Amino acid sequence: MDGQGNVSLRGVAVAYGPIRVFDRLDLEVAQSEFLVLLGPSGCGKSTLLNAIAGLTEIDDGEIWIGGRNVTWHEPKDRGIAMVFQSYALYPRMNVRGNLSFGLKVARTPRAEIERRVRTAAEMLQIADLLDRRPAALSGGQRQRVAIGRALVRDAGVFLFDEPLSNLDAQLRSELRVEIKRLHQRLGATMIYVTHDQIEALTLADRIAVMKDRTFQQIGTPQEIYLRPANRFVATFVGSPAMNFVPGRIECGSDGPVFQSPSLRLKLPNYPFVQEPANASPVELGIRPEHVIVASDADDAQEVSVEMSEPMGSDLLAWTRLGDLPLSIRLPAETRLTPGDRLRILLPEHRSNLFDATSGARL
Amino acid sequence: MSATSREPRGRRPTRLTPARLGLYAFLIICALFFLTPLYVMIVTSLKDMPEIRQAHILGLPTAPSLAAWSKAWFAACTGLTCNGIRVGFINSLRIMIPSVIVSITVGAITGYALSFWRPRGAVLLFGVLIAVAFIPYQVFIYPLVRIFSYLGINNSIPGIVTIHTIFGLPTMTLIFRNHFAALPEELFKAARVDGAGFWRIFGIIMLPMALPIIVVAVILQVTGIWNDFIFGLVFAGRENLPMTVQLNNIVNSTQGEREYNVEMAATLLTAIVPLVVYFVSGRWFVRGIAAGAVKG
Repeated sequence: MDGQGNVSLRGVAVAYGPIRVFDRLDLEVAQSEFLVLLGPSGCGKSTLLNAIAGLTEIDDGEIWIGGRNVTWHEPKDRGIAMVFQSYALYPRMNVRGNLSFGLKVARTPRAEIERRVRTAAEMLQIADLLDRRPAALSGGQRQRVAIGRALVRDAGVFLFDEPLSNLDAQLRSELRVEIKRLHQRLGATMIYVTHDQIEALTLADRIAVMKDRTFQQIGTPQEIYLRPANRFVATFVGSPAMNFVPGRIECGSDGPVFQSPSLRLKLPNYPFVQEPANASPVELGIRPEHVIVASDADDAQEVSVEMSEPMGSDLLAWTRLGDLPLSIRLPAETRLTPGDRLRILLPEHRSNLFDATSGARL
Repeated sequence: MSATSREPRGRRPTRLTPARLGLYAFLIICALFFLTPLYVMIVTSLKDMPEIRQAHILGLPTAPSLAAWSKAWFAACTGLTCNGIRVGFINSLRIMIPSVIVSITVGAITGYALSFWRPRGAVLLFGVLIAVAFIPYQVFIYPLVRIFSYLGINNSIPGIVTIHTIFGLPTMTLIFRNHFAALPEELFKAARVDGAGFWRIFGIIMLPMALPIIVVAVILQVTGIWNDFIFGLVFAGRENLPMTVQLNNIVNSTQGEREYNVEMAATLLTAIVPLVVYFVSGRWFVRGIAAGAVKG
């Protein structure tokens, strides 16, 4: 398996006729890494995955898998296995047939097929379903079989195309854990496409956030969540969404200050990516759980509660800061009634500043 | 408390409205319209000539007999020979069986290639195929006769099979392409990742899923080819004239008295194959085989 798993895209371009889908995308996925391609539908993440699999022809660039240039290789010769959203099980074969089809095509010895099918079936707890047809399986079982079909290929790289999107919430979280366990156990490289930010945050070693067919940010879930590279990433990741306060930066004698009609926030230690221009329009972003309720602080801001949503594990307060909406995550036992007033602090080190026009992180 | 004044509760009572009566009347008239000729043919074929001459066209036969059927099958005169319609029956089978198999095979492969592999110019090719299907085929007959006689397959079984394959191609391609286009593309992708090629994906994955549409294709082709008259007349050759042509020879021969009972029996015998196909295959129309391929 040494070096078998790393995937490298070098200047990959895809076009459908005259329509450019991608222009010169570069991406490096390390051996045994779990990379999630995250983005809204239509952002090109599935097309990219299909290009890696060899199911979509690329027009330019190179694709390397396991140290081999596989740009012109057929899907079967790329050392990949793939799991699809619709499961794509062969309906006229039973589970055993589905699992062993690829191996039969590759003329694997019968004993070896038997061994691999058994191992995969046991790993996924589908051993007692081997003689059933896909039609006689539930959604969760079907997706297990689809994952099993990828497992038996003994590939270095697993590609997942929204594998959990067709399942209900409970099964989704169940299989999510299972996929993560599988990754730890196999140590294979996994590239996983999803539009579900929870899946991305929970599964990924690194997340590549995509929008409009380009990478917006590539980083660990922590980086993506706490230091989003632009306003799009900040909004797309996190639920409930990040709060935004429009305002401007004033560079005074005691460091930069964020100034808006309803809020003034000193930022002496904010790690600016680029030096802000004086009085430039910006947006301040802060996640609901980073707002601190501090009734006795001198420089606290006052907000009024509009309503509260108990979430079980915590409580979400929808408040107004001046005339701007601001959501605050509070402990579950908090009691609030509409009209209550809270005094809050916005911690500097949890704040995010974005250029108001470009949306880029400052 | 009487039934009419009771409070609404449970299942709503059904009532026979005038609209519904009209609907039933219409359906019964339609059924009679199509069944009466069949009835007349059957009873006439079971009568003997003196009884037919009494002109009680709707009356049941007084002494039903299969003599006319036997004559139609074994001894009716089709032109110069009097060997009955069975000669045509055999010829029609010899034409139909290979034609059905070849035309459906070619159509299925073409439809599969056009839906999943999308070769260059696939859309144009498909468009031309469909457009050509609307040209009256009498236009093609003379050129095809010349081509076939040049190739030496005119007036032969291979010749007529080729003809049925060519003229079946637009419809066969269309129904198979539409069927395959409705299958999830991920199925095809999964098979490619598994390493299967053009023929293996077709034979092992797609064709088994096309079973209902194959049945539809068989019904279309069997009835179409069995009922064909002009291609059989022009391309099959004198030795291989199909049943329809022979039937025409029986019915249109004008020597002596018209044997209505024999003609009716011969016609029913000719119609029996498409009828059997419909009755046997009817239930297949409603079978969904793709169930289980995607989220169900």
